[in-house]
Order: sequence, then structure tokens, then C-alpha cells
Amino acid sequence: MNNIVALTTDDIKQIAHLARIGLDEAAIEPLRDDLTTVLSLVEQLNAIDTAGVEPMAHPGNAELRLRDDVVSEENRRDALQAPAPDVEQGYFLVPRVIE
Amino acid sequence: MLANGDCSSTELTEHYLERIARLDKDLNTMISVNSDDAISGARACDERRAAGENSPLLGVPMVHKDIFCVDGGKTTCGSRMLETFHAPYSATVVNKLNGAGMVMLGKANMDEFAMGSSNENSYFGAVKNPWQRDCVPGGSSGGSAALVAARLAPVATGTDTGGSIRQPAAFCGLTGIKPTYGRVSRYGMIAFASSLDQAGPLAVTAEDCAMVLQAMAGSDERDSTCSNQPVPDYSKSLGDSIDGLKIGVPEEYFSDGLDDGVASAVRSALAEYEKLGAKLVSVSLPNQGLCIPAYYVVAPAEASSNLSRFDGVRFGYRCDNPADLEDLYTRSRGEGFGAEVKRRIMIGTYALSAGYYDAYYLKAQQVRRLISDDFDKAFADVDVVAGPTTPTPAFKTGAKTDDPVAMYLNDLYTVSANLCGLPAISMPCGEVDGLPVGLQLTGQHFDEARLLHAAHRYQQVTDWHQRMPAGLE
Repeated sequence: MNNIVALTTDDIKQIAHLARIGLDEAAIEPLRDDLTTVLSLVEQLNAIDTAGVEPMAHPGNAELRLRDDVVSEENRRDALQAPAPDVEQGYFLVPRVIE
Repeated sequence: MLANGDCSSTELTEHYLERIARLDKDLNTMISVNSDDAISGARACDERRAAGENSPLLGVPMVHKDIFCVDGGKTTCGSRMLETFHAPYSATVVNKLNGAGMVMLGKANMDEFAMGSSNENSYFGAVKNPWQRDCVPGGSSGGSAALVAARLAPVATGTDTGGSIRQPAAFCGLTGIKPTYGRVSRYGMIAFASSLDQAGPLAVTAEDCAMVLQAMAGSDERDSTCSNQPVPDYSKSLGDSIDGLKIGVPEEYFSDGLDDGVASAVRSALAEYEKLGAKLVSVSLPNQGLCIPAYYVVAPAEASSNLSRFDGVRFGYRCDNPADLEDLYTRSRGEGFGAEVKRRIMIGTYALSAGYYDAYYLKAQQVRRLISDDFDKAFADVDVVAGPTTPTPAFKTGAKTDDPVAMYLNDLYTVSANLCGLPAISMPCGEVDGLPVGLQLTGQHFDEARLLHAAHRYQQVTDWHQRMPAGLE
């Protein structure tokens, strides 16, 4: 067993940044402990020889079906945008990005 | 009862709504109750029946887990993120059960985004186990299980990504089936881990599960992973003999961590199957111990990807007064998601990040293949694989909230069916200290009929499934 899991508080901040999850300073240390515990569990996989084993991304051998390339849905833009926090003239509004 | 006119759908619906109003304040199994729509829906069903229609589910009340979108209705997924979300369309499962004439009473409580094994992760509060109120009902379909156990509805839908139908079914003394991956459409079912998620019913009997699954299953143009394979008649051969059924018993299922009471209840159930003519065959699943480690890479990785859509822009929670776009993303997600959801998104993000992808994600997918190969080998000799659904009966509320790994180990026996896409059913087979115990049967791909059949035969000669929690008259 190797031990690549030795997460630092900086690692937690970096992972939170990648996931775009804002964390209170107080949440970082407990998360570091939790993630370290979970990753230690996951480490068991490293003891297994998987040389030459085909990765399984999907259960079964399901082939994805293709449908005919024709319009099947009606335009429901207003209904689909109704749950959005801020919409104007069919656009989703966000804070100004370009000054 | 509905068919022979003993009662109307309206009466039945009123009966369950009255029970919900009286009993659910304490149990907290429901996130929303749609009394008016349910009553008007039931009246419409009574009219259809009066006009000669006679489909078996016509007018039967039910509850959907709050992960299924219902057009115009509140769909929260147990999260603050979707506290005020009203879906702009309905899930295929919702449309199909509507079409079969089922009457939706409301939406069931659940662990946030279906992540949890105790229903303690709901933004709308924990659910109590009706058998013992200081115990958890299991999760993530904990509301669905608790409400059917408390007879607040005869059936509820659930979803199962790592055991989320079967584990709460076991904890609440119900029958629940997770179908083969691709048997039921995932369209409109809020995604957790797209290669693992499946929907299925929770009910008192296998017979009821058969009828509801019949209506849920089948191909769907809107979900390309949903199978075109024809759906057999699940109810037709339920009563047939199971003489000669070969039941594989993996010794790995009876090792450390399994509660003695659960083990003996499951052994007795297997003995009962022998009396019914089944043959017990010892099989081996050598990689069983790797299921949880592999699952806790694959599921969080897929979740981190799926849940990136909750960004405070197109739907769901948005933080107050964002300073800029980055602040909008991070605070909306930081404030909108609960602790367990953040934990899993971060595990997945880490496992998929540059430099770790091969070590975690690829490795887990290779181990997933080994686990699947184990089942293929077992199914060369047997028809189904049997064992406990959970290592212990329901545990006390709060007992495992501080230790994520202890919580994850609840799913020890259930995650393999999701990793391999296999169907699996849990049925009540005993009690330990007044709490129900579940027996799990796992079948080959698209062999739901055999699982339902085997469960029904067991339920014809035992009465565990008919026992009810006390004090809920």
C-alpha cells in the first residue's frame, strides 16, 4: 500500500476551487479529515493488480441508440427559463464579466 | 378493492391523505403533499373506472420520491439548492405512472441529491423509522420507505445508486427492487451518478412491486441508455413453483461486520427457500471487499460532473448580492449544497483531477470490471445470488453522522448490483430486536421477473412482509 493521501489544507482549498464550492475557513479542517478518511478507504484499490483489465465505464454492453435527426421537442424557452434566478429577453443574467 | 367496487379511488385517496395529515408531522416522510390535485385526480380515475376502464393501478394512490420532476410541481431533491424549484416538465416515470392511472399524493423526503444511507442529509429534516422512531429509515429513499411502512401510501417510487431502494426497504420491512440498469428511463430523474442510477418501486409485497415496475419499465426515446428490450409480464408467473431454482450463496457475504441476528435471519430464509424446492449453491465473489472502495470513486466522480450544473445561473439557489461571476458560482454552491454533497463533489473532483485520474478513476473502473466478472462467473452456475441486504438492522439517528466511512459501509452488499448494472430485490425475512431484516436476491441482467417470482413465493409461505410497525392505527 502506498500512501499518496496526505491532504493539506491547501489541497482542500484547491479542490474546493476546482469544484467552485465556497468554504468557510472553519469547514476546511473537518473536510480535510473526512476526505483523508474516505481516500484511505479507496487506497485499498492500489493493492489490486489490474494490469490489462479493460476499464468498465458503463454497466452491461448497452449500445447507445441513435434517433432520427429530426426536431422532436417544441420550443418551450419561456417555460424552461422560468426556474432561473434572473432572466431578461431570453437570456440568463449574471454579474458583469467584462468591464 | 377498487376493481370490485368495495371502495372508490376518492375514498382511498382521502384515507391516505388523512393518515398523512395525522401521522407525518412526527415521521417527516413527505416534502410536499398535493391534497387537492390528488382528490381531483382520484375523482377522474373513478369516472374512468365507471366508464368501464379496469387497469390494475387505476386510482391507486402513490408517492414519488422528490427526485422525480413533476411538471409545474415543486421538485427539491432534498436540497436547499432546489428548495423553490418547480420543474418545467415531468419525468418519464411520472408520466408512465400517471398514464397507468396512479394518483400522486405528494413527494417523499430523501437524502440530499440521493447521497446518504440514513435520510439524515435532507435539507428538510431527518425522517424517522416508523418501527422505532429513534432509528433512521435508511436512505436515500428513506421517506419513500418510511411512508409505505407507516401505510401513508400503498407504494412509493425510489431511486437506487448504491442501495438507496433496497437498504431503506430492508430497514423499514418492505419489498423494494432496483431494476437492471436501463430497464427504467432516467429522463426527468435528477442525476446523481449516471452509470449507476436506476428507479424502482417500494411496496409491501413483491406482487405490488411487480405491478408498479410493469408500469415504470420500458424504452424511452428521451433516454438513450434506456433499453429497447421488451418488458415481460412480471405478474404472470408469480405463483409458479420455484422448484430447481439455483440460489448462489457467496461466503464473502457472511464475513466480518455482519450482525449475528441478521446472519441467522438470512440463513433461515435460505432454509425456507430449500423447502420451496430451491437448491443452495456455494459461490465466490472474491472481489466483494473492493465494491465500496470502487464505488466511492465512481459515484463521487460522476456526481461531481452531474452536479456542476447547479451554478446559480439557470435554475436553483443563487446567493445574495454576488460580487462577480466567480463569487456567484462559489457562494451559490457553498450555500446551496449540504455537507455530504460537498464532500462527495470534492472527492469526485479530486479523483478526476489532473495527476490523479489514472490512480483513482481508471483504477476504480478496472476493479469494477473485476467485480462484474465475478458475478458473470457465479451466474454460470446459479440463477440468483442471495445474501443480507445490509450488515445490520436500522441504527440510531446520529450514530454514524460523524464517520462517513462507517456510514458508507451500510452499502456493503448493495453497491455491487449498481456497479454491475444487475437487478436486485430486498424483502423482509426476519426481525432483530423489533427491527426488520432484509434478504437480498441479485439476478442477471433483465431477469427482474425471476427475482419478483422468487420473492413472491417466499412471501406466500412467510408473513414477515405483512408485519407492521405498532402505534400507527
